Amino acid sequence: MIPTPDLSHLTAKDYDTVYEPAEDTFLLLDALEADEQQLKSLHPTISLEIGSGSGCVTSFIGKILGPSVLYLCTDINPHACRCTLSTGAQNDVALDAINGSFANPLSARLKHAVDIVLFNPPYVPTVPYEASAAQGARGIEGAWAGGLDGMSVTDVFLECVEELISDRGRFYLVAVAENNIPEIRERMRTRHGLQSEIVLSRRAGRERLSVLKFVRDPSMVRT
Amino acid sequence: MVRLITHNLLACHVKGCTSNNFPLQFRDVQIELREAEFNPDFLRGFMPKLEWKALVDASRQLGDTSLPPEVPEMLDDDFLKNLHHVLLEIHVEEGVMTCPNCRHEYPILNGIPNMLLAEHEIG
Ligand SMILES: C[S@@+](CC[C@H](N)C(=O)[O-])C[C@H]1O[C@@H](n2cnc3c(N)ncnc32)[C@H](O)[C@@H]1O
Ligand SMILES: [Zn+2]
Repeated sequence: MIPTPDLSHLTAKDYDTVYEPAEDTFLLLDALEADEQQLKSLHPTISLEIGSGSGCVTSFIGKILGPSVLYLCTDINPHACRCTLSTGAQNDVALDAINGSFANPLSARLKHAVDIVLFNPPYVPTVPYEASAAQGARGIEGAWAGGLDGMSVTDVFLECVEELISDRGRFYLVAVAENNIPEIRERMRTRHGLQSEIVLSRRAGRERLSVLKFVRDPSMVRT
Repeated sequence: MVRLITHNLLACHVKGCTSNNFPLQFRDVQIELREAEFNPDFLRGFMPKLEWKALVDASRQLGDTSLPPEVPEMLDDDFLKNLHHVLLEIHVEEGVMTCPNCRHEYPILNGIPNMLLAEHEIG
């Protein structure tokens, strides 16, 4: 059992502006724990979490994989970056927080270089305007507002994630049923050569949550 | 914390700024040194990901001259200790990073680089 990261330094005030770890977060932690041996045998060099929020997920994987990995985190919300840093410090995981959108400031330098990509995105279906306003406001709404089918933010990242992951790399994504998981998987396979599996699924209140894992289709790995 | 290992991976991503957009130049920096555990395996594994010249230039901008201009053939402990210090122990807490091409400025506040762009700057 890998303990859930210590978040006792975060307060209700932090959670006014930063996403508080919830069922979706914990499902992602459970999926990573289920893959513990696989992740270790990958001997990863770089882990990148998009939308790190409280920093709970990267601190957790940092506990699994130890100090031989560079842990990068991005978030559009500056308060989230602050909490990510403090959670890393609290749990003795050296991580770097970057206030930015997706992997945009890193993508030029990290082409096919990231071994582990993690994203628990804003996946809740909303009217389109709500999602674009939330992206602009960079506050707490940006933690959940996902626009049409809850996919307007995730879709942007799905277009560029293949460019980031290394040959042996993997990408973990949290999704809900409304996101149309079969369509996501089919699209990633045909358009980006990434095959996938559903690592875990769980119902939490009204949400039917899943964690998907994408890897390169072995027949399409560049030589 | 902006450590030089991270700085070595950040490039300007303003719309249309696609060449000479790396490495970002430091200005007005405040630095903190924090000890980190020496991990030679990690350093060896990370070497292929580094842009060496960018790292050497950045370390000199921050006043550290311990790295050789070319990657040495032998990665001995002396070298790895210097690399460890430069990559992982120098933290830029405050300052500005400027794009060498379009001059866009990315501020660093409380150790967090602000790489966000305004709507019209996004590619
Ligand atoms: C559902 S929360 C997940 C937070 C944390 N990873 C967790 O699992 O508890 C989604 C996070 O993504 C961030 N986010 C939303 N849009 C983003 C974007 N375009 N780039 C980076 N982060 C984004 C939000 O600010 C929020 O912190
Ligand atoms: Zn530029």
